[in-house]
Amino acid sequence: MARQTRIRTKTQDGHTEILVLVNHPMETGQRVDPKTKEKVPAHFIQKMAFTLNGKEVAVADLGVAVSKDPLVGVKLKGAKAGDKVKVTWSDNKGESNSADAVV
Amino acid sequence: MTHLHRRTFLKGTLGATTLALAASAGLLKPERVLAAEWSKPAFEAKSINDALKALFGASQATASGSIKIKAPIQAENGAVVPIAVSAALPNVQGLAVFVEKNAQPLVASVALTGAEGYFSARMKMGQTSDVHVVCRAGGKLYSAKQTIKVTVGGCGG
Amino acid sequence: MKKILMLLAVLGLMGGVATSASAGPAEDLKQFRDFFKKKFPTVKFDEFANGLYALPGFEEYRASWNTYNEFPPYEFGLANGKKLWDTPFKNGKTFASCFKNGGKNTAQHYPYWDEKSQKVRTAEMDLMDCAKKNGAEPSFLKADLNKDTKARVQLAELTGYFYSLSKGQRISIDLSKPGAVKAYEAGKKFWWGRRGQLNFACANCHVDLAGKNFGGGQPLSAGLGHTTAWPAQRLDWNRIETIHFRYMTCNKQVRAKPLKHGADAYTNLQLYETYMSSGLPLTAPAMRN
Repeated sequence: MARQTRIRTKTQDGHTEILVLVNHPMETGQRVDPKTKEKVPAHFIQKMAFTLNGKEVAVADLGVAVSKDPLVGVKLKGAKAGDKVKVTWSDNKGESNSADAVV
Repeated sequence: MTHLHRRTFLKGTLGATTLALAASAGLLKPERVLAAEWSKPAFEAKSINDALKALFGASQATASGSIKIKAPIQAENGAVVPIAVSAALPNVQGLAVFVEKNAQPLVASVALTGAEGYFSARMKMGQTSDVHVVCRAGGKLYSAKQTIKVTVGGCGG
Repeated sequence: MKKILMLLAVLGLMGGVATSASAGPAEDLKQFRDFFKKKFPTVKFDEFANGLYALPGFEEYRASWNTYNEFPPYEFGLANGKKLWDTPFKNGKTFASCFKNGGKNTAQHYPYWDEKSQKVRTAEMDLMDCAKKNGAEPSFLKADLNKDTKARVQLAELTGYFYSLSKGQRISIDLSKPGAVKAYEAGKKFWWGRRGQLNFACANCHVDLAGKNFGGGQPLSAGLGHTTAWPAQRLDWNRIETIHFRYMTCNKQVRAKPLKHGADAYTNLQLYETYMSSGLPLTAPAMRN
């Protein structure tokens, strides 16, 4: 089942913040599993693309230093109520998911 | 897939038939579209300069007071340090965040093609370090930095 | 406050178990509250429900916490808990059928003294019994909760959802039965007793040193308000956890051997701690440092 992905928008003074929260472990590849004593392989979101009404407005590249359950935010100017925002992410293991919201 | 193709697909300017063909050929899978261009050399670079060269092709950045960093002076927990950066510069193209003392300093970079000069995230820091933000605007690089204190160890458990 | 200081002095001298000179739980509660009121005069009573984020000197952490709460990761665990709560058993019933008022506005009375079984019962125990009674077999029924994180987290998420149905309700624990007072006294003894290589009592850190921040990443919360957020998600965890799990990890931190998840000693401790937070509003599940 795809990892839970939530998107929220917050508009203040004509600027709309798009916040995305993903249920993702963001493993660095350096952590040792206490049970197996082996390093847990790196597993992290690499790309997060944001679109406004279908048009790409930002693409974030993330690395292993982004915290687990990543919360990422971008801002738009002049977005109107009813505008559609969407985020799509993909990770280094080929997992992906998306979420959308209406401003 | 070339840069141009990726943009065109995302903009949806291709006709329905072409899109259908592309979809059945697996070309529209998120991982195909998004897997292009994640820069391994930038994220694995061991210095900020090397990461900048890999990201932007240059490493000389001018300090700018127009880049604001909102981050704690004392991190409550080094595993989850909140940071929000905003760049009030004309023609902002991208932002990148670096933790100088991390083994691989580049935390994240964002290419802005419509969104404002703003980016927020939570990041991992291994120890007290300067956090650098570099903004690419109008083809030039600008930077700002802030020290964030991190305690290692403690009452975590 | 004098009595608590005396108690601490006794601990220091004898390095052993605190003996109570108080008249009972109600008197203990008054002393506990008075101590923290005097130690943190600017903090309103209800604010103690927010843990260390309410204490002076942690304003920057409070600001981050407020931002965190706008979009908190524990929402994921809560959603999982809700799903489990809402999914009917094979017989068509749901978890709500096992609880007063369908489980709503009832968590403020947990843990409670069960006269019939002469034991303290936690929400986790009632939820497990509910599943058993209805022929359900969630992972946490048979798993070793000390080792099986996935099963324990599933229980924590369900318990967290149960508590969320009583968010804002003020803690009210019934200690009217003699058995309840006995269990309370056992929990109190644990709280004030030194343990581990570091020889710390819960009280040393969470009464004595409450509000201190050793090095920035080691803030100590006050005992008042300890339980209101539990089951909770700590800042650098990626999951909701049970309060017994926190007791286990805390014991390890003072280099004491942790007890088993569900141990009577932990249940009694939970009863004592929760009673000491009487009157505070529930915030569970919440983020704590």
